[in-house]
Amino acid sequence: MRRPQADKEASLTTTSITVAETPIVLYALRRADDALILGHRLSQWCGHAPMLEEDMALTNIGLDLIGQARLLYTYVAELEGAGRDEDSYAYLRDAPQYRNLLLVEQPNGDFAKTIVRQFFYSAFADPYWRAMTASKNATLAAIAAKSEKESAYHLRHTSEWVIRLGDGTPESHVRAQTAVDELWSFTGELFEADATERELIRQGVAIDPASLRTAWSETMGGVIHEATLQPPAAAWMQSGGRGGRHSEHLGHLLSEMQHLQRTYPGARW
Amino acid sequence: MTGPAPSPDNRPEDRPEDRPEDQREDLRQLAWRVVAQVVDPEIPVLTIADLGVLRGIDVKDGRVEVTITPTYSGCPAMNMIALEIELALGRAGIALAAIRTVLSPAWTTEWLTEEGRSKLRAYGIAPPKRGGGRRSLFGHETIACPRCGCDDTHLLSEFGSTACKALWRCAACQEPFDYFKCH
Repeated sequence: MRRPQADKEASLTTTSITVAETPIVLYALRRADDALILGHRLSQWCGHAPMLEEDMALTNIGLDLIGQARLLYTYVAELEGAGRDEDSYAYLRDAPQYRNLLLVEQPNGDFAKTIVRQFFYSAFADPYWRAMTASKNATLAAIAAKSEKESAYHLRHTSEWVIRLGDGTPESHVRAQTAVDELWSFTGELFEADATERELIRQGVAIDPASLRTAWSETMGGVIHEATLQPPAAAWMQSGGRGGRHSEHLGHLLSEMQHLQRTYPGARW
Repeated sequence: MTGPAPSPDNRPEDRPEDRPEDQREDLRQLAWRVVAQVVDPEIPVLTIADLGVLRGIDVKDGRVEVTITPTYSGCPAMNMIALEIELALGRAGIALAAIRTVLSPAWTTEWLTEEGRSKLRAYGIAPPKRGGGRRSLFGHETIACPRCGCDDTHLLSEFGSTACKALWRCAACQEPFDYFKCH
């Protein structure tokens, strides 16, 4: 992660980069973008959560996710070998170049929506990273070994909150149910794999996300039931984030997150 | 090899006639002693050696390369630890070639030394449970209070003052305390 300053300066005074998306670069970039965007969303709660403990919880989960993103972006930089670093990918790409799931860029909404969004993601991330520890790609396996333990903790925390909100007051129940209903159509994308990923799955580098659907549904069903919430009926699923077709929310998020580097290219402290 | 056999009192600079590999090993050991004293900025009773964050030291062309591993992916203390390593070596007059970060094998709380666990307890932080591994989704833990040793304790907040800690309270002595999460 340490590079000569001159290199760093050169990479950040460019206002926009195009990534050479080889299959493995694209694969790592997609997971890095998921973690960064969701981590950034959670960081927006800093100082605004309903109680101090949750302020710490949401920002700590965000910190874990941004840490995972840093490891993945650093690996992408290494693969590309174009003198870039983690910051180049975070600050110098526009929305259509981002490869994250639509779920993670959805606005925070109220506390229930943030918790349900995190629950949907963590219920996937937990078995996903655990399976990825067996990846034939040593770096991805090593990142997975760190991420799976963090994801398990996130899942436990958000599961408890989904139950507390759903099985809480009439007000919290309605808000939790609304969040489940609103976010449901973004969960299908978790299990998609395109031709590029299918080839990596065949090589044992990636795992088939469709194989995690049962585990995800069981976790989901159990928690939703205990929370006295209604699982949504099968619905049409949104898709597009992996290919750079995003909701309008990502652009707003990036304009805030990238503001400093865009306004003062190469700024450092 | 010529000259007397090295005695433990001999410092590297006193024996220029030593074989290069001996000098390299002496420098490596000296660098280890220096770097092993760097403390975690968040938990200053623990050194990075106690934590298991310090993984190795290599010597190449008279300069040392230090290998460390992160605890949590996003632990902000890692940058500070790298800087402290650089400063400690600088003060000892040892040239640093690079600080390498390795991810594998992944750090877990099992890397904490026994000494580190005792230091944590004495500092008022309950050390992580041994062999915790993965828990069930809603598993309950029993954590002994680091002050009075009582098992009647309750979780106050799953996330604490740093990424690696949770906040608990002891029902016997009524004191809140940090628990170093099993990871």
